[in-house]
Amino acid sequence: MNRLSIELPGLSLKNPVMPASGCFGFGREYSQLYDLGSLGAIMIKATTEEPRYGNPTPRVAETPAGMLNAIGLQNPGLEKVIENELEWLKQFDVPIIANVAGSMTEDYVAVAKEISKAENVHALELNISCPNVKTGGIAFGTVPETAKELTKRVKEVSDVPVYVKLSPNVTNIVEMAKAVEDGGADGITMINTLIGMRIDVKTARPILSNRTGGLSGPAVKPVAIRMVYEVSQQTRLPIIGMGGISTVEDIIEFYLAGADAVAVGTANFVNPFVCPELIEQLDQYLEAHNINHISELKGRSWK
Amino acid sequence: MIQKELMTVTSQTEIAHNIYEMTLQGTLVDEMNEPGRFVHLKTGDDMIPLLRRPISIARIEQEKQEFTMIYRAEGAGTIALAKKRAGDKVDVLGPLGHGFPVEEAKSGQTALLIGGGIGVPPLYELSRRLNAHGVKTIHVLGFQNQEAAFYTEQFLALGETYVATVDGSLGEKGFVTDVVRNHGITADIFYSCGPTLMLKAVEQLHAAPRGYISLEERMGCGIGACFACVCHPAQDESGTAYLKICSDGPVFPAGEVAL
Repeated sequence: MNRLSIELPGLSLKNPVMPASGCFGFGREYSQLYDLGSLGAIMIKATTEEPRYGNPTPRVAETPAGMLNAIGLQNPGLEKVIENELEWLKQFDVPIIANVAGSMTEDYVAVAKEISKAENVHALELNISCPNVKTGGIAFGTVPETAKELTKRVKEVSDVPVYVKLSPNVTNIVEMAKAVEDGGADGITMINTLIGMRIDVKTARPILSNRTGGLSGPAVKPVAIRMVYEVSQQTRLPIIGMGGISTVEDIIEFYLAGADAVAVGTANFVNPFVCPELIEQLDQYLEAHNINHISELKGRSWK
Repeated sequence: MIQKELMTVTSQTEIAHNIYEMTLQGTLVDEMNEPGRFVHLKTGDDMIPLLRRPISIARIEQEKQEFTMIYRAEGAGTIALAKKRAGDKVDVLGPLGHGFPVEEAKSGQTALLIGGGIGVPPLYELSRRLNAHGVKTIHVLGFQNQEAAFYTEQFLALGETYVATVDGSLGEKGFVTDVVRNHGITADIFYSCGPTLMLKAVEQLHAAPRGYISLEERMGCGIGACFACVCHPAQDESGTAYLKICSDGPVFPAGEVAL
């Protein structure tokens, strides 16, 4: 048996490493660099019902071992994502996880219903945690009852399993996880970015035009590890862990905390070849440490 | 093909105040086929700074597998880069983006090249190629002051060259657009790189019937995936259309981008 293959609701993954939503576009750019079929899955950029331009620039600001972004869910809209992007992605042997975003419940429902019908979309990732849009998004991700209701509504219309992407910008992450579990979620992806800010000391103004942005990169990894550690002990849902992964040791750490698979985000910007490199290194790591299957590591820090 | 390579520094010189000229060697140079494209560099080995830095290509010497870049040491990344010495390695991703179309200028025609500050370097390789292609080049280079000026001699060797400085300490006092206007310079085509405000003024000069501009913006990935460096097209009724500076540009036909 392949020591990297993983079975999750809706997803038969040849390995547990996938690019995180928002850090990989719809895959076109990276397809110039390597075969996308080598990836466990692809979490495509958030899709909304209507096209969105997003926020004015500057949209990114660097921080120590991290970055702030405030893109603002820029995407070509549901229709074009299905017609152009998902259609184009069909040439690769890789399951797609479609990140679904919106401002109101009806928006999420409309996108989920249509995008879940695409044959290569094997799961949805409900984006209730984007910190960079004025309405919706984050509100759904910080109030347990709202998150539960939204999950329920999306589950009713989706043809594929629904994973909910949790925000770290909450007082009690376990409460949020339990709420979406009650709402019928099939899995959890965590964490989205932490809300942060940088101010230009010369101009005394925020660097990002949106003023605040989402912090990602190695700087947030300890927060993500702590949250996966807590949530994995309190729910039965599988967890796709993410937040600052850039090395194979980071992946192992997420597994030990309780993850079932992992996603790589910001590291794709630093090294566009990072995903295939990590997949190869992960296999070598397991071999070198006499681990028969990656899942043996799950939750070892608390089991 | 975009490649990632640990390239070797063959030389590094401070050629003006805080302006460095670095030459790097490696097989990635084989892929450099057009002026105006850029490389995306890791300036340090650790996580601070985390992101790569986009830097334009000033000169390509394929037979030596070397390219030269000229950059201003200003932030943490470029200051770290300025500390590299001959023999050191630099993690380079490239070549990226779309460059200046040399073939748009026909042999025997005149091209006007207008550069401002750290926008000057990519025009050097462009001018070399245009001249090799039988195109006459006129260069108008703008700098803050004499201390910040560089490559004026190198451009002069390729064609008529005017220099403008904000304080008048070198060349003519004023902006590049003042020089073009004062001398009544016209051409068949223009190529320009510099701050957005300068590019906007250059477009409005109408010194040539058509031209190409190279834009600058904070970048994340440098390959078009992160949507950090988008801009609006000049014509867009929907309001949601966009161009990515890193991968659709950085060079665009004049008039295509809303500046």
